[in-house]
Amino acid sequence: MASSPIPAPSPQAGDGVPQPAGSGRAHHSPSRLVWLPWLGKRLLSGLATILVISAVVYLGTLALPSDPARVILGPEATDAAVALLREQLGLNRPIPVQYFDWLGHVLRGDFGKSLDSGVPAMEIVSDRLGNSFALMFLVLALNTPATFLLGVFMAVRRDSRLDRTLMALLIGVKAFPPFAIAVALIIVFSTSVLPIVPAVSLLDPALSALAQPQYLVLPVATLLLIVMPFLTRLIRAGMIEALDAEYIAAARLRGVPERRIVWRHAVPNALAPVIQGIAMTVRMLLGGALIVEVVYSYPGIGSALNSAIENRDIPVLQTITLLMAVSVVVINLLADFATVLLTPRLRTTAKPQLSSGAKARLRLKAGGV
Amino acid sequence: MKSCDKKRRWHRERQVRTGVVLFGAVLAVALLGPSLAPHDPNALVGVPYGMPGEGAWLGSDYLGRDVWSRLLAGGLSIFWMSLSASLIALAVGAVIGMIAAYRKGPTDQAIIWSTDVLFAFPDLILVLLIVSMLGRAPWLIVLLVALAFLPGVIRLARGITLGIVEQEYVDSARMLGFSTGHIMLREILPNAATPLLVHLGVMLTWAIGMLSGLSFLGYGVAPPAADWGLMINENRAGLIIQPWAVLAPVVMIALFTLGANLIAEGIGRINARTEDA
Repeated sequence: MASSPIPAPSPQAGDGVPQPAGSGRAHHSPSRLVWLPWLGKRLLSGLATILVISAVVYLGTLALPSDPARVILGPEATDAAVALLREQLGLNRPIPVQYFDWLGHVLRGDFGKSLDSGVPAMEIVSDRLGNSFALMFLVLALNTPATFLLGVFMAVRRDSRLDRTLMALLIGVKAFPPFAIAVALIIVFSTSVLPIVPAVSLLDPALSALAQPQYLVLPVATLLLIVMPFLTRLIRAGMIEALDAEYIAAARLRGVPERRIVWRHAVPNALAPVIQGIAMTVRMLLGGALIVEVVYSYPGIGSALNSAIENRDIPVLQTITLLMAVSVVVINLLADFATVLLTPRLRTTAKPQLSSGAKARLRLKAGGV
Repeated sequence: MKSCDKKRRWHRERQVRTGVVLFGAVLAVALLGPSLAPHDPNALVGVPYGMPGEGAWLGSDYLGRDVWSRLLAGGLSIFWMSLSASLIALAVGAVIGMIAAYRKGPTDQAIIWSTDVLFAFPDLILVLLIVSMLGRAPWLIVLLVALAFLPGVIRLARGITLGIVEQEYVDSARMLGFSTGHIMLREILPNAATPLLVHLGVMLTWAIGMLSGLSFLGYGVAPPAADWGLMINENRAGLIIQPWAVLAPVVMIALFTLGANLIAEGIGRINARTEDA
């Protein structure tokens, strides 16, 4: 069993996101923008992906077993009235025509009107977008430095009792499904043991979410617990690999102080995967937000998506799914771009190879949220 | 360094053993539970949100059904659904990934690109959307969870196969005139098996989380079935009065995923050649 010749999911292998490029400082060659064609290609493929995603979202929501005309008019309307409204809404046209018509409107910022309330879908979404954004911003702002310090610390103390305990804790936390974490936190912090924060996030819509921190505590804590193990372990693994490199051994032999070795030599070379890791974290947060916002009745896009599904409110559904999927694509693009710019070995070639392998493994580690 | 490696290996093996014990215990409850339940899981035996006491030591749920009986009966669905979803994803994804890596060129590009499109949707949202469209039949949920896992398996199988295809023994097999099917099944698959099986374990934990999450949101197994995720959803409103109806299934789900996680991660870490995590 153990003798398979290919040690697949090792972060080594030559296929992936940036390996440490020695003591990397920029090589200021005359052709500094060699990666520009790569960026162009990457942008084009991103755009194509977004186009396909829009088609998937449109066709997917079209398959919902509901008739918008019926939803608008209610169950009491006559069949003739429904048929007339279908005609007026253009629902009898061929599907490709409807899709391109919809896409045209979306590109002009018109996502249609909510079937439920008649308010433009974008208006409903943008109100809640700010709340979700506040939530995610807080989580990212806390998660990134915290996991970074923790990961580096654990790598330096690798295999000590403390490292093993923390590792077991991280694995343990990851074992709880997101909603179970949320429910557990409610039990502990707002009902029985230590009731100090509200269980339900009844935000005052007149104020910014950030101005009402008591309602943010539990949602932020839950999301942090959901995403923290992934990035911590990623940073720890990257640091361990960097600390094992020969140039670190050489630096030690030359008597460079350990603190300097860690922060000046190992950390910069362990950074590249972190960018991709943050991008992955955002995707996890989008999925996690749905559960967390529903559990805490937090008025964000996740809970909006949930109620749009319940009410079969197709325009709102389309708007939110499209926004989420497009932001995943855009964030991935930004992460790739940042990785290339920050990695000397990639920055100086015309064909940065940063696809598949290592990135795929990152996705696998991030896991099913 | 040698003794250090040995010690590390010992810790990993202990991790796997702990996982096996946990997983086995929860599995026993899930499989044997339905026949051990003292009451019919749908029988009304007490008052709504009755406190633990005589006859019902975990109390009763929001309708007055016995929590302990429902706990014993509610593990089977999540177990077979998560296992079949992971197995389907593994089988289909491994085939597609191996074909992508073996064919290379446009086939490979097309496959990779479609995984990118699928990947843009957070897993849970993908499943939730389609379940809300097509209904909550258990086999449909299983297929959708498998679909959400597919891009990951395809990428993994493709990555592994790309490494194997370049090995000399694959070249030799090709030169000896063996068919593509033979090479994939007899030369490539055996060498890709270990990482794929480790991933099966990892997917199992995701599937448990996702299925219970779906039940929790009200899109999983339909009531009045006894199901751990559904129990949490149903009894959430009475959390303050009767916490056991929520707490007991939460603990079971957590132990189940923890066990599967420990096994998969432990084996993965023992097998990883470079020191990963």
